[in-house]
Amino acid sequence: MDYFLQQLINGLTLGAIYGLIAIGYTMVYGIIGMINFAHGDIYMLGAFISMIGFLLMGVLGITFLPLALLLVLLIAMVFTALYGWTVERLAYRPLRGSVKLAPLISAIGMSIVLQNFAQVAQGARVKPLPPIIKGSIQLSSANADYPVTLSYLQIVIMLVTIALMLGFSWLITRTSLGRSQRATEQDMTMAALLGIDVDRVVSTTFVIGAALAAVAGLMVTLYYGVIDFYIGFVAGMKAFTAAVLGGIGSLPGAMLGGLLIGLIEAFWSAYFSIEYKDVAAFSILILVLLFRPTGLLGKPEVEKV
Amino acid sequence: MMTDSLLCVEHLTMRFGGLSAINDLSFHAKKNQITAIIGPNGAGKTTVFNCLTGFYKPNVGKISLTSPSGRIFLLERMEGFRIAKEARLARTFQNIRLFTGMSVLENLMVAQHNLLMRASLYSLAGLFGSSSFRRAEQRALELARYWLNKIGLLDYADQPAGSLPYGSQRRLEIARAMCTDPVLLCLDEPAAGLNPKESYDLNGLLLDIRSEFQIGILLIEHDMSVVMNISDHVVVLDHGARIAEGSPTAVQADPAVIHAYLGTAPEEPTC
Amino acid sequence: MRDLRLTTAFRDATAAALLAALLALPMLGFQLTGTAQGLTLDTRFPWVGYAALTVFCGRLALSLAGQILAPLFKAKLSLPFLLAAPPGRLRNIAGWTMVVLAIGLPLTPFTDRNLLDKATLLLIYVMLGWGLNIVVGLAGLLDLGYVAFYAVGAYSYALLSQNFGLSFWLCLPFAGALAASFGILLGFPVLRLRGDYLAIVTLGFGEIVRVILLNWQDVTNGPVGISGIQRPSFFGLPFLASQPGHTTFHEFFGIPFSTEHRIYFLYYLILALALTTNIFTHRIRRLPIGRAWEALREDETACRSLGIDPTKTKLSAFALGAMFAGFAGSFFATRQGFISPESFTFIESAIILAIVVLGGMGSQIGIVLAAILLVGLPEWFRELQQYRMLAFGGAMVLIMLWRPRGLLANREPTLRLPPLAAENPGERPK
Repeated sequence: MDYFLQQLINGLTLGAIYGLIAIGYTMVYGIIGMINFAHGDIYMLGAFISMIGFLLMGVLGITFLPLALLLVLLIAMVFTALYGWTVERLAYRPLRGSVKLAPLISAIGMSIVLQNFAQVAQGARVKPLPPIIKGSIQLSSANADYPVTLSYLQIVIMLVTIALMLGFSWLITRTSLGRSQRATEQDMTMAALLGIDVDRVVSTTFVIGAALAAVAGLMVTLYYGVIDFYIGFVAGMKAFTAAVLGGIGSLPGAMLGGLLIGLIEAFWSAYFSIEYKDVAAFSILILVLLFRPTGLLGKPEVEKV
Repeated sequence: MMTDSLLCVEHLTMRFGGLSAINDLSFHAKKNQITAIIGPNGAGKTTVFNCLTGFYKPNVGKISLTSPSGRIFLLERMEGFRIAKEARLARTFQNIRLFTGMSVLENLMVAQHNLLMRASLYSLAGLFGSSSFRRAEQRALELARYWLNKIGLLDYADQPAGSLPYGSQRRLEIARAMCTDPVLLCLDEPAAGLNPKESYDLNGLLLDIRSEFQIGILLIEHDMSVVMNISDHVVVLDHGARIAEGSPTAVQADPAVIHAYLGTAPEEPTC
Repeated sequence: MRDLRLTTAFRDATAAALLAALLALPMLGFQLTGTAQGLTLDTRFPWVGYAALTVFCGRLALSLAGQILAPLFKAKLSLPFLLAAPPGRLRNIAGWTMVVLAIGLPLTPFTDRNLLDKATLLLIYVMLGWGLNIVVGLAGLLDLGYVAFYAVGAYSYALLSQNFGLSFWLCLPFAGALAASFGILLGFPVLRLRGDYLAIVTLGFGEIVRVILLNWQDVTNGPVGISGIQRPSFFGLPFLASQPGHTTFHEFFGIPFSTEHRIYFLYYLILALALTTNIFTHRIRRLPIGRAWEALREDETACRSLGIDPTKTKLSAFALGAMFAGFAGSFFATRQGFISPESFTFIESAIILAIVVLGGMGSQIGIVLAAILLVGLPEWFRELQQYRMLAFGGAMVLIMLWRPRGLLANREPTLRLPPLAAENPGERPK
């Protein structure tokens, strides 16, 4: 039971990170119907920028932890969002309304570019960072055979995720930006005819998605303490799986899918085999899609003929 | 009466969530006749078509199609493509669905897919260019030529179907459906978007199909010049239920039909 | 007027340079260096300046070139001769020329071992492109895990020949069949899914296969891979200096031994395999099944209304595409003599898919051109290592922006209406 509880905590933490990345996929898919293959690499850049940010805080002598965290978070979000915006502007916007596969190939190309850019700029070696948020709460009694710990870092990750989710839901459901976004999602041409600046809405979508990915990147930097230029691919793939599992286009679905993938991974690694954890996530995705072809929270598609 | 009944729809009900699009609808369509389904917008006409052709599974009801061999197919139990393949019910779509990137001729060849698949021994004989497949392909090409000639597109055979003008696309879609060798042809608003001349020509084409191929035609239409001139039998729907049925002239005079279309009920003279 | 455009160009370039500087600031301006004391942060701000300057000049050149060349482009000089979407006849001539060139290549004097090796590699990608073209180009199914079938083919040959001593020619059909069965196994449940869902499932499948290859130590030997795979023989005659109890290739033909014989043989072998794939696709496109694939790509609903079984039709495309990947995989294994999971990563699937899409979705010659552009050219810059992949990704984006429909996009109908024989077209055939 204690072991189970520990895995639950670990799984939820991991799931929160996947969920944040998955939102970027699901939003972009919802609005322009493309798989933004480079999103995982945007997240990777977010992780790199966060790590640089932390070291910069050290250099500048900002040692008050909450302030340093906040500053790094801001730096990471702003610069990563800039990358997200640029990628959309350069590689996707000219291809909007073109053949369906063209933006996908462009995105795969962009993913390769970003990955190798990071490798060239920062080297191929794994980058380690000493733990910054230390300490934990002991949840089980002292004499339990398996100690359950909830680290402060895990609490921070979950709290930040919840806060971002709340803010984000507010943004989508209550603001005029959210309304134009939803309108564009439903019908881009009509939205444009009604005076919505579709280009700006799409840009904003990429900016928001990238900023959330940057948060995920920051968390991963803190959580694992090691990053390299290749983390974007695996995490991106899992996050995309999460988005599909939750029902692509659905924001709560992305978060739910992320949590589920995180849990599946944690439990599978704990109880079965750590080598096959990726296989588990994908197998479950295939199973879910067989019974619910639109994902868990996706709207069933009514075929219009 | 039942002997020449081709399609028999009984107690058809289709609900979407709480909304019932079709409510306990029954009607027949006969061989060698043109049956028209009319009704105001939202009456459930296209939904009926979608139930017939397997795109929707009705909640309640029986749809049976009697093939010339006497075999009865229960369409509500069949997968969509089997309805076309085995029960031989062909349809067209309200917004034309041609293979726009493929040539006009190819559209007509795709319609003869199942026949040609058998002739090519599921591609095996075809890959080695067997003579029996060559002959079958030749026959299929001749059938396509026949239809191209009939719809006046002989000179456009090798053009992409998407490049044709709208009216020609409508005719091509009918020809494509006919190339599947159907026993019942279902047309979803075939005259929509046609000019009066094209609409008149369409009447000729449909009458021609009926007399030459002796099949049943079921059509949804708003254009009354089509419905009244060529239908043998008219079924009027409103709010998913049948409100009148009969010959075109009988239906035209039916007070319930007038009420449904114009909203002036005899018993409510006000407003 | 002219000045105005010049100012616009300058403004654009400045904005782009500013953006580049901002983007470069964190990633190029700072450098993470691992030292014994842990990670340290170095600065190299000049790099930010270089990046901004490069982008400024590039953007300026681009807009000026655009302004100067735009009138010329309008005057029909727009496209290189070959890319102007040649009509069928011309395309046939181009195709045959390529075949003749490919057959003649090893006989030319300037051909050396190195060139043939590269050409062989290129042909593997061409073959994979032609195979995936059946799935993506014709049937319109987005397959992001094609490399999995390639891996199945490679491993099945390697394992069969190592464990049972079977020859390449015996294994080849088997590897193809096995890859095809994997295609059916995966395709059966997932082909009902919509396009993008199919993409993620195939991507996942590719990863699953790779993870299994990595971890199923007993069979696949894990990350170490399988080495010492039997090299190909010339229909039973090995390419060796001598082999006890066996006649070798050079002994049989009475020519002096040379290690190059095998290179030549491998080149012709893959050329033959690739051409087989091409001819197969060429023929099947003209059969009802091929037309049904293309029809499905255009409109699945219409296909169902014409009595075409979408699942079976898609499955056949998926399985056939997988089969050719299986053949190519066997060839890869016998050529390398060594395989490991590292050769079957997602990037390979991405390259093959890019070749198909850049080629022009369904155009066989387009695929050759795209393979030369994407695989052949970067091969020459192998020494540049990491910059090579950077350029590769950049090229993928640029070509897509330049020609979103692919290099050769226009489609030839699979058949044309033959001129009328004696009969009257008005007559109804029966």
